[in-house]
Order: sequence, then structure tokens, then C-alpha cells
Amino acid sequence: MSETYYDPSDLAKFPEIGEEAPELAKKFFDYYGSVFAEGALSEREKALIALAVAHAVQCPYCIDAYTQACLEKGSNLKEMTEAVHVSVAIRGGASLVHGVQMRNIAKKISM
Amino acid sequence: MAIERNMITRPLEKRERVTSMEPFSSALARHGLELKRGVTTTLQINLGLRCNQACRHCHLEAGPDRKEMMSRETFEEVAAFARRGSFEVIDITGGAPELHPQIIEMVARLAPLAKKTLFRCNLTVLAEEKREELIEVCQDHRVNIIASFPSLDAVQAEAQRGKGVFRKSLSTLKRLNEAGYGNPGSDLELNLVSNPAGAFLPVSQAQAEKRFQRDLDERWGIRFHHLYTFANVPLGRFRRWLIESGNFEKYMQKLASSFNPCTIAGLMCRSLVSVDWTGTLFDCDFNLAAGLYLGGKKRHVSEMAGPPESGEAIATSDHCYACTAGSGFT
Repeated sequence: MSETYYDPSDLAKFPEIGEEAPELAKKFFDYYGSVFAEGALSEREKALIALAVAHAVQCPYCIDAYTQACLEKGSNLKEMTEAVHVSVAIRGGASLVHGVQMRNIAKKISM
Repeated sequence: MAIERNMITRPLEKRERVTSMEPFSSALARHGLELKRGVTTTLQINLGLRCNQACRHCHLEAGPDRKEMMSRETFEEVAAFARRGSFEVIDITGGAPELHPQIIEMVARLAPLAKKTLFRCNLTVLAEEKREELIEVCQDHRVNIIASFPSLDAVQAEAQRGKGVFRKSLSTLKRLNEAGYGNPGSDLELNLVSNPAGAFLPVSQAQAEKRFQRDLDERWGIRFHHLYTFANVPLGRFRRWLIESGNFEKYMQKLASSFNPCTIAGLMCRSLVSVDWTGTLFDCDFNLAAGLYLGGKKRHVSEMAGPPESGEAIATSDHCYACTAGSGFT
């Protein structure tokens, strides 16, 4: 029997995190709920942002939850794939733009 | 990989078991609820299981190979029941009711028997056969059209309903608009129905309606009145797909964990009676698919003096979770 650190059924246990620090958990989950409520951005748009961020932070629980959320909010695979590419572009770009530092240092110490 | 192999080789009935789900009847009891009939105002008539499509979410497993169709004799019995019952609404469905050989006559005879008549169509038959005659009879009798249109995305729509369906559906919607259906202020109501293209819950009705109205108008100049979103019911072809794809247990748990007791009062089964192609009665189209008779007793339209009595118990099973999830789908 194989063991892994990540088990999909653990996602349902997320609220148990509040058992040791209920006040903090309540504040977090209330805030979380408010963040994803319809506002200037629609729930569908927020779910797409969450999906992109889930890929950036590489959280399998979040990817599972927000893939389903995106579909349930009416997004399609094309839109969701573009959202993931936004995440990839920012992650890749963040690495690449540090190349400017590399170039600055290299120039400074080179003749 | 090992999990996938196991999924394929395990017998179907074992894969149908949901280990940690509360039965629907227990969920009702835990909330102190009973599902009983209110005043029955709608007669839903299922003309048969023949359809030109074999949609993957179809709880009735309708399709081109199905032969079950309402006979003339049964139709006469159903029409007599409709007259005796003085229903407010007659709801004509199938299969694809458009494919019944006597559909023009049936619509013309049923519509005068109720204040409102609904005709459920899949849009693609109207793109091919009897289009003008059927649209004309619906226009003449002010019949409301309810059309399946699952997604604004062709890939999602066709994954559920089959290749080529999206383009044909758009073409029929345009034709219905030309015939006066779906226009603002028109009494020729055109409403769309969207079911998810997979094992997930549907989008919120109000939000999706705005987006469908905006996108259909901007992209194709198509107008409609309302959008209804429904959860897929774990019966028939959809149930088999859930089991074969390994989604059954998770989907059932999702439906059960989304149970909302506030939906019970407004469920369609409380005000509707459904009759199948043989004239047998059911509490709804889903119980018809599951073979659960009206109130648990087999009855034929010809035996009924009128609509079922208020207060009669409604037959339930775990598929009923599909109508009670979240804000409910009725």
C-alpha cells in the first residue's frame, strides 16, 4: 500500500484546523467566504483567479477545489487553461526578470 | 495506474456503493421533513424514449435506437385524463417529443386543455425535421418552448450532447427568434435549460442567465427569456458514466453534502404528475426513469378520476439529492 503526503479526502478535514485555534480559524474562514462572494468581480472570475494562484503555489487541494469551482461557476476548459498560463507567465517572468539582477552584478564585477 | 485498473475490473454494482452517504429518506427524517404532494397543477407527458441524440447525461437513456413511443390509444387516455384533471400546465417531453409521428396533432389537442403548455425540445430535431409545421402549431397555441442548451462553449456542449449539436442549436434558436419566440415582451416564451457537462454542480441560475443572455446576443444575436440550471440526476446513462469514470461515489457525496432542507417545499414533484409512454404515472420524470411509481403504487391514467390527492406521499430515493442540492433545482 502506497502512502503519500497528500490525500484528496483530507480536503474535507480542512475545518478541523480550527479545533486548536477557533477564533483565528473563524476570522480566516469568514474572511475567505467574503473574498469569494460576488463583488466588483464575479464569483466566476474569482474562481479563475484562485485556479491560477493554486497553480502558482502548487497546492493540489486548491487545484482540485478550484477546478470544480470554475466548472460549477460556468467556466470552460479553454478559459481555465488560459488562467493557468497566466500563472505560468507570471512565475516564469518573475524568474526571468531577476536576470536583470544577474546582469547588473555580472556587469559590475566584469571588466 | 493501479487504481484505474482496479476501477475497470471491479464489478459495476460494487462501484455503485457509496460508503459514507446518508440515505435521502434519513436526511429528510433528520430534518423532521416529509415529502408530500401539494396541489397538483402540472401534467408532464413523456411521449417516449426515441431521440435523435444519445446525450451522456440523459437519465432516461433516450436515443435513436429506442422504440418506446406513446400509442394512439394511450394518447387518447392521457388526453382524457388531462381534460378530467383541469391542469394549469401541460408539459410535453420525451425523448425528443418532436419525433413522435403525431406530434402536430398532439400539441394542437393538448394545448387547449390547460392555461399553459410547455414543449421541451432538444433544438436539433427542429433543425432537421417538421420544423416549420411544428413551430407554427406551437405559435398558434401560444405554446412555451423549453430548449436544452447546456453551455456557451461548443466543446462542453458537444461533449454532453454529441458532435454538431452546438451549431444546429444556434440555427434553431435564430429561427425561433424569427418566429417571435424569446423576444422581450413576447408571450411566445423561449426558455433554455443548462445541465453541467460532467460530474459537478450547475452554475447559479441568476448569474448564468445574465451571462448566457449577454453572450448569445452579442455573439449570435440570439434572444431568450429565462435560463434554468439543473443538476444532472444520477440515473440512466449519466449514472453509468459516473460509475465507469470513477466519479459516482464523489458525485453522490457532493449531492448529499449539499442537501438543503429549504428546497423541499418548492420541489416540482409536489405539484407535478408525470405520465410515461404507457400511461403509467410517476411523481416526476426522474422517478419515471428509476421506475418508482406515483406514491409507490402502480397506477394508469385511465384509473385516475383526477390529479393525485394533496398529502399523498411522494416516492423518493437517493437520486432525489439532485433536486435538493444547494439552492435547489426544480
